Amino acid sequence: MSSTGQPPPEPFRVRQLLYDTRYRSYTIQIFALVVIMLAFAWAIDNAVRNLAALGKDIDFGFIFETSAYDINQHLLDYDSTSTHGRAALVGIINTILVAIMGCITATVIGIFAGVLRLSRNWVVARLMTVYIETVRNIPVLIWILFTVAIVNEALPGIRSFRGEDAMSGLLFDSVFITNRGFYIPAPVFEAGSAVVGAVLLLSLAAAWYFGRWARVRQAATGQILPVFRVRLAILTVPVLLAFFAMGSPISLELPALKGFNFKGGIYMRDSLIGLWLALSVYTGAFIAEIVRAGILAISKGQTEAAHALGLRPGRTMSLVVLPQALRVIVPPLISQFLNLTKNSSLAIAVGYMDATGTLGGITLNQTGREMECILLLMAFYLAASLTISGAMNAYNRRASLKER
Amino acid sequence: MAGERPVAFVAERQIPPSPPPVRTGGALGWARDNLFSGIFNSVATLLSLAFVAYILAMVVPWLFLDSVWNASSLQGCREVDDGACLAVINERFMQFVFGFYPDDLRWRPVVAFVLLFVAIWPALFSSAPRKLLIFSALYPLLAYWLIWGGSLWGPVGVVVGPAIGWACVRFLPSLAGGRLDEGIASLAAVGTGILATALWWLFGVTAFEDALSAVLVIGLEPVESARLGGFLLSSIIGVSGIAGSLPIGIVLALGRQSNLILIKAVCVGFIEFIRGVPLITLLFVAWLLLSYFLPPGTEFDLILRVVIMVTAFASAYMAEVIRGGLAGLPRGQYEAADSLGLDYWKSMRLIILPQALKISIPGIVNTFIGLFKDTTLVIIIGLLDPVGLLQPIRADQNWNGIVWELYGFIALFFFIFCFAMSRYSMYLERNLDVGHR
Repeated sequence: MSSTGQPPPEPFRVRQLLYDTRYRSYTIQIFALVVIMLAFAWAIDNAVRNLAALGKDIDFGFIFETSAYDINQHLLDYDSTSTHGRAALVGIINTILVAIMGCITATVIGIFAGVLRLSRNWVVARLMTVYIETVRNIPVLIWILFTVAIVNEALPGIRSFRGEDAMSGLLFDSVFITNRGFYIPAPVFEAGSAVVGAVLLLSLAAAWYFGRWARVRQAATGQILPVFRVRLAILTVPVLLAFFAMGSPISLELPALKGFNFKGGIYMRDSLIGLWLALSVYTGAFIAEIVRAGILAISKGQTEAAHALGLRPGRTMSLVVLPQALRVIVPPLISQFLNLTKNSSLAIAVGYMDATGTLGGITLNQTGREMECILLLMAFYLAASLTISGAMNAYNRRASLKER
Repeated sequence: MAGERPVAFVAERQIPPSPPPVRTGGALGWARDNLFSGIFNSVATLLSLAFVAYILAMVVPWLFLDSVWNASSLQGCREVDDGACLAVINERFMQFVFGFYPDDLRWRPVVAFVLLFVAIWPALFSSAPRKLLIFSALYPLLAYWLIWGGSLWGPVGVVVGPAIGWACVRFLPSLAGGRLDEGIASLAAVGTGILATALWWLFGVTAFEDALSAVLVIGLEPVESARLGGFLLSSIIGVSGIAGSLPIGIVLALGRQSNLILIKAVCVGFIEFIRGVPLITLLFVAWLLLSYFLPPGTEFDLILRVVIMVTAFASAYMAEVIRGGLAGLPRGQYEAADSLGLDYWKSMRLIILPQALKISIPGIVNTFIGLFKDTTLVIIIGLLDPVGLLQPIRADQNWNGIVWELYGFIALFFFIFCFAMSRYSMYLERNLDVGHR
């Protein structure tokens, strides 16, 4: 074969930057880069000049200064002599607390409502439709304010638990629902409870390992072991034995009325209760729709095919239907959890001291460092979101159908 | 064969019809089938009915039978009856709608609201005259002028900017007169046009306004932003957010799908950042930080800043919804557009986007609904939307102690609008779903 030789190299001309697709994308990108850099430079220059005019600078030193304000709910040691940084940490933990509580109850409510909405029972299905449509079409802020108002205005005052015809608490006088919040029993850990905890951890590991071993064995031999029952035994028996062997080191401390207020137990204040319930009910309605869509997405043929293969209903559910339905349900479910976490920042409207209330509220007002506080606040939420959505993407990659 | 004896196997009389089976006939059969088919089902039905009856027994007498519409205070209500004291809504209704907008100027937002429907008419119905789109494009400025008032020359000055830009694009290439390459000349013209518009907006508008105001004063009485409130404020933020977020969202979604790495990185960064932080922090930025990033001494209205941040927020979510639609299209559509020889913008405009937008309608409307609901968050930075008006009313001596009536009223307002929007999206989905999906 005779080589035809390279075509003579064309001299580069300026118009190739515009017409030649090899170069045009670079032209556009370099142009965009220049415009973006100019815009940033302009904004930063403005910020520097504005800050200079106000005599301010960017300084995160306030984090180590004394905060001089109290936070009514703190899970860490905290008082007004602690630093702003610790106040922010307390707020972040409060955010995480309400977010985790909300995610759990919202999921329960959502699954319940979503399944019932598909019920053949007309009344029940309609009722769930009304719940979902009402809740989804009213702003979450109104729900939060409304729920806190219900707690404050409609629940019995502490006074009604005192005196002659006193109300008694729920669950054998252990839980008190008042207009100031809920009082629930607190676990008390005495010496020896560490042993119980260690045993619990060990049996968790053992249960996990047993499940894996059973799966490997089933793959190798085809024998099916009673995994659930064995796991239940592994989880409960050693822990109970350890509990009684150490002389019942964990007990419950009940709240009791002393004077004008309840003492002992755990106090969940009204703003926490209102925020938690409102976020759960609101997000629950969205989760219900996700669950419903997930169930409807699995065609009847899948169930019928599994039955035709001779699988029993329980195994049909766990091996055929659930894995497919979860693939549809989990990604939007996680993004609802994210929404709930972000919506928990509305705590500031009802005086619950979350990250927005401490870092973006009182600390910001006291130090006057808007730029730094809002940057830190955004960084916290961004880090939380990116972590969760990163985990979600990893799950998606593992669970998604492999197609073209 | 005489006719006196009938044939043995022919029936002489019609057999009386037997009653229908109990289980399927009528309302009772339906109820037995659907409501009481088992113990669990029956219990669930009875519990639900009891719950509904309980709620109705609580709400109906309170809201309809014993409610009071005319009184001047909560005590006045209680003297008449012990139901809902709706007199507070009767008295404060105008405040809920307009905030503290001056009484005698309220016709202006009303006119703007009515014109809104004229402006969105061509967007909703394809049968509308196309010329109306010009009005739609001018509507934002008109509405701004009607609601905030001030000199007419300000909005006119803003319109002049794009006009100058258009003139540059139209006439500069012919001025170059063939000395430059045609494509480069038109590109340069577009660049000059954009630059001229931006420069005009930055430096020309104020001078233009001052000069013309000196000659001829045409204007409406100005109204401060602080006086805007109530549903008027919610609507302003919601409508401008909706109108702005759709085009920006489309651009961001296309950018995220782009092959140009830098453009893609910028779009992904923007979308993920906005979606990662709560709206409140963005409102804080609008409230406290945005003015830092503008030239010193810029006076910039708080509502306008909030609109900008709310639009940015909704755009990021819109971009994700539209990206879903773009990803939902079969690859063949993209390849077909390419093989027809269409360039990028034509293939997007004629082939990809019409289909992608159609698939994403439910998500788009959901984003709109979310945006409209999120307008309530502005109370946290001190704007007086309907929820923000609650606090002053509850603090008022006359109405101290009223809770449920006010929350119920505001919730009803939002419910009506959001529910209507979601129904409209279902209607659109059905209407546009022609044959295939």
